[in-house]
Amino acid sequence: MATEKTYAEINEKIKSGRAVVFTAEEIISLVAEKGISEAARSVDVVTTGTFGAMCSSGVFLNFGHSKPKIKMQKLWLNSVQAYTGIAAVDAYLGATELPEDDPCNNNYPGDFRYGGGHVIHDLLARRPVKLEAIAYGTDCYPRQEIETIITLDDINEATLFNPRNSYQNYNCAVNLGKRTVYTYMGMLKPDLGNAHYCSAGQLSPLLNDPDFMTIGIGTKIFLGGGVGYVAWNGTQHFPGIQKDTEGKSYGPAGGTLSVIGDLKQMKPNWLVGASFLGYGATLTVGLGIPIPILNEEIMRCVSVTDQALYAPIVDYGEAYGQRVSGNLGFVSYADLKSGRITVKGRDVPTAPLSSYSKAREIAGILKSWILQGNFELTEPVKLLPSAKDNIPAKTLEIRGL
Amino acid sequence: MVFMPSKKIFLRFGKDIADRPIIYRLARDYDLVINILKANVDQNKEGTMVLEITGDQCDLGLEYLISQGVKVTPLAEEVFRNEDKCTSCGACTAICPSGALYVERPSMEVKFDSDKCIVCQICVKVCPVNAMEVRF
Repeated sequence: MATEKTYAEINEKIKSGRAVVFTAEEIISLVAEKGISEAARSVDVVTTGTFGAMCSSGVFLNFGHSKPKIKMQKLWLNSVQAYTGIAAVDAYLGATELPEDDPCNNNYPGDFRYGGGHVIHDLLARRPVKLEAIAYGTDCYPRQEIETIITLDDINEATLFNPRNSYQNYNCAVNLGKRTVYTYMGMLKPDLGNAHYCSAGQLSPLLNDPDFMTIGIGTKIFLGGGVGYVAWNGTQHFPGIQKDTEGKSYGPAGGTLSVIGDLKQMKPNWLVGASFLGYGATLTVGLGIPIPILNEEIMRCVSVTDQALYAPIVDYGEAYGQRVSGNLGFVSYADLKSGRITVKGRDVPTAPLSSYSKAREIAGILKSWILQGNFELTEPVKLLPSAKDNIPAKTLEIRGL
Repeated sequence: MVFMPSKKIFLRFGKDIADRPIIYRLARDYDLVINILKANVDQNKEGTMVLEITGDQCDLGLEYLISQGVKVTPLAEEVFRNEDKCTSCGACTAICPSGALYVERPSMEVKFDSDKCIVCQICVKVCPVNAMEVRF
């Protein structure tokens, strides 16, 4: 008889310490040995993980009121501006925001050693952060400027809210051009000098739930070393199946997640400010999602291996920036992880930008939380759009009124 | 086993001496083992070279280089990895020209073999989390 389990049944087992939990890496050999049916019967949860730079990240902050009060019009935290076009002492600090005086790429390639992601990291590390704000002053908010020092524990709320994290899949970036380019995919040497990829592959959350059967609004996750939730689909959520020009399938891509959680209970080693030479500043986010094994189909999905997952090879020397569609073919994550791939008949060394060893660690931590009975699963309030919804990616065209 | 002194040095030489077999003399006359870690030799402009030399006559060899008009700077700088900061992302590994930074398989952890490091410092620039540091 085919296995069918409910969230409630799995949570009962978690609470009583009887749940069987594997990571998405460990489950591969179990399925190879016992088969999908037996694995689905015996395993309750499979944990995933990813640890990579995720630019669409940031934090909502509420500082509490000064005396007299101020309705902050412009605000800087360690000289990095945060958006204040909301209520008086609320702000949103984005991961890629730069200090006002950053030379950016005027001194090409710029270093971008500090930005919004680093401020978030400093807050998490409980370092003091300088707050400066100005305002036009009102009858109810008379103060026109403020300069003080805050720490994460001094302020009311710090809610990490990342509009787009955990890309289902990502490009393998190469450079066909004649000069080195500096991109968010790292430094790419000319003439196919190197190939950079950025996915945890077989450990990656959305590659283990390709059809969004379990991950949805309200799913409780590992976020930045603490607990978070899936808030919505991410921006640019275009789940689909990759196909080459002849129609051959190369597996899932395109899904994204928007996630939320209380920054105060996260850890600085799982949310790390990052700098990409010549590109900018960002935040490296550690994220892991538990997948309940409700049935055999879900077990089949989580048993996917790097041999069966593919990244499209994209030229960042020219094609990416010019929005030229298409790619240079697909390459499996098994090949990418081997350290060498073949592109256009050439042998090209590969390097990851997303830490597979940290992804494995996250899946392991999440597994231990569940085994200890500290982390129950949540049934999504609503599932997210999947490939069958065929969401088209819109483009921004230049036109007048 | 006898300990052999070893030195990493940075050489700069003008185009006037770029065509002389200086490195060969270093090996033949001073019995030094020479490992060329980096070389940029162009007969039309100043050349640079990073060498690791090993042998009992290291100092005599250096004196010879200086007598030939080569500017010799000891490579006192060392690239160091801050293990607490490194996230094993891998961004440095395909860029590191000497293979000192590499991904260990199957752990997929980034390892740093400082013996192979030629102190080009590219990793210091590209490391997203500033984990690579130069020490003097």
